[in-house]
Amino acid sequence: MGETSINFAKASSAALQDQQLRGNFRRAMDGLMSKRAVQFADTAEWNGVRTLGASVRLRALSKLPELLEKLEANCTKNGIQVHWASTIDEANAIVLSIMQRVNAKLVVKGKSMVSEEMHLNAFLEKHGIESLESDLGEYIVQLDEAMPSHIIMPAIHMNTKQIAHLFKQKIKEAEYTEDVAQLTDLARRVLRKKFATADVGISGVNMAVAETGTLCLVENEGNGRMSTTVPPVHIAVMGLEKVVEKLEDVPPVISLLTRSATAQPITTYVNMISSPRKEGEKDGPNEIHLVILDNGRSGIYADEELRNTLRCIRCGACMNHCPVYTKVGGHAYQAPYPGPIGSILMPQVEGLEKRGELPHACTMCNACVEICPVKIPIVEIMGRLRSEAVHPGDAVRGAGSHASKAEAMVWKGWSMTYASPLAYQFATALLAKLGNAAPTSLPLLKEWTNVRAKPRFANRTLHALAREKGIPDV
Amino acid sequence: MTHDGTISRPEIERPESVYFFGTCLVDLFYPEAGMAGMELLKRQGVRVVFPQGQSCCGQPAYNSGYREEALKVARAQLDYFPGDWPIVVPSGSCAGMMSKHWPDLFKGEPDEARARQVASRVWELTQFLVQVLKVKFEDQGPPVKITWHASCHAQREMGVTDEPKALLRQLANVELVELQREKECCGFGGTFAVRHPEISAAMVGDKVADIENTGAKAVVSGDCGCLMNISGALEGGKKPVRGVHIAQFLKERTHG
Repeated sequence: MGETSINFAKASSAALQDQQLRGNFRRAMDGLMSKRAVQFADTAEWNGVRTLGASVRLRALSKLPELLEKLEANCTKNGIQVHWASTIDEANAIVLSIMQRVNAKLVVKGKSMVSEEMHLNAFLEKHGIESLESDLGEYIVQLDEAMPSHIIMPAIHMNTKQIAHLFKQKIKEAEYTEDVAQLTDLARRVLRKKFATADVGISGVNMAVAETGTLCLVENEGNGRMSTTVPPVHIAVMGLEKVVEKLEDVPPVISLLTRSATAQPITTYVNMISSPRKEGEKDGPNEIHLVILDNGRSGIYADEELRNTLRCIRCGACMNHCPVYTKVGGHAYQAPYPGPIGSILMPQVEGLEKRGELPHACTMCNACVEICPVKIPIVEIMGRLRSEAVHPGDAVRGAGSHASKAEAMVWKGWSMTYASPLAYQFATALLAKLGNAAPTSLPLLKEWTNVRAKPRFANRTLHALAREKGIPDV
Repeated sequence: MTHDGTISRPEIERPESVYFFGTCLVDLFYPEAGMAGMELLKRQGVRVVFPQGQSCCGQPAYNSGYREEALKVARAQLDYFPGDWPIVVPSGSCAGMMSKHWPDLFKGEPDEARARQVASRVWELTQFLVQVLKVKFEDQGPPVKITWHASCHAQREMGVTDEPKALLRQLANVELVELQREKECCGFGGTFAVRHPEISAAMVGDKVADIENTGAKAVVSGDCGCLMNISGALEGGKKPVRGVHIAQFLKERTHG
């Protein structure tokens, strides 16, 4: 995908034409919303745990540099090797050098959004290393040669039938079946062989605990446990914001994460990884590496308002509740992180010149803000980014890159008219008289009237009616 | 104010006078809703003042990223609402802009304190009718089935959720059927509707289907942006459901 091809409007238009896709998303998101509502039915409990979760994340961010140093020291003490990467190229190079040192040919991966951000699979493939996704959803998406369309449920855009066809087409030993249990079993059989023979296992990190040097990983399928324990080398990749201070910070965040994401009180597996295999132990990798990725995050961190973006615990609830995401699905965003959080994170990570469209993929309805378990002011940040996109500045890369002279002129004219009572009354009186004569072929009106009747200006403005009825002015 | 979307409102005494902020959409497209809002307030024995200098809260420019332009227009409003009277707004969206976003917009400006003072006096119309005036309506209209569309900013910025429905339920001959997805955005979103017309159309399409499923004859809302979008789509699709502002609906039902 070239940089110029990132076009949300075009991609979403294609998604809207696909009735199957729209149906899949509407059904899936409706289901997720109602299941989540059951988990947080008790408003007082929700408010309490949410405040706690937000405060854990805020506290961690407030001393992020210190906690990262502590994390490195404690991981090192535990025998986990820590690597720092400021760009995705550096992160990929670090991963590759570890692979090359152990002469790795096959990698199995648990789910990791940071590795999606790094385009790690494509990178490894280029260097002759097979990288296999082992989370069922990720595996399906990989077979389909597509991107995940949701950060929690990567293949949520597909229905059983589509997956059945894909398996038949891409897996040698597959018989066509739409039986979910049989399909899962088939994937499991393929993956088991790979787990046993892989040289390296890669995982993401849901949280890293600074005081103990522990990596936490939640999952349901056991593939995360397999990827991190069976191969002799485990590489974990994480964004630098994923650190929390203490072990006791973990339970509230996990509870918010799993309940918000899949409406589960807890996942089947919660992995707490604190060291490679020790002497006398029967399993576990001989080496564990932690790659900590910056990729623009320290820039986000430097700005007090934008920093709130880094509170995110990657639960995906904002996507599930976003009326725009629900209509167009994740692929329309063409980004590893779609939906509301992606719309504020991607422009900050990759720059507004490339991602400046995303903050506008939003009606500012605030459904995401209402639902966010760690209270990220997503819509406020969205507004800030819209403003940065049209004004030169230095807080976000590419600020000012979407400035259009014509649009700026329109708003300048608007503000001059609306800030002057005389000009305003003149303009509105004129619109009341002549506004309805505007042809529907006018640019903005044309888009509006594709599905809607033309708005009708009233014959008299409220100002005029109030004057006529003698409503006091002061 | 909190980041989870609501503002806390201190209780206030019933005032002698209130200001009415008409909003630019009401001014141009739905003036009868504005007149009805003022009428409802007057009937409660409150003196209503409509400052003729007012124009717009600045939201369109603010949401488009043009904050300086928004500030200029918002600042021009400050002069017209002196003193302590409450400012009643027949739109959750504009009320939300004034009470929630003005403090940010004016941050660091010489008139910040003044803007905050004005912002703190802003009430959404139904909120004011219920919480401050404690109105009791007597229905004088024929039986009708209606549904209610909740505006995003009214519910999530102003915390207005129950008030409008409580008012509608006071009307004995009105059957209120709730939407299955009452809280879901209709797809207006100010400039969103023209920036992303196809997504907006899909969103309002879902909203129209939801409205039709209720079998209601009218969809009532407290925000003219939503109304323009929803009733435009109803009319464009030749659906026999009318969109009406809650102030106008309440006035029609109780006028005698």
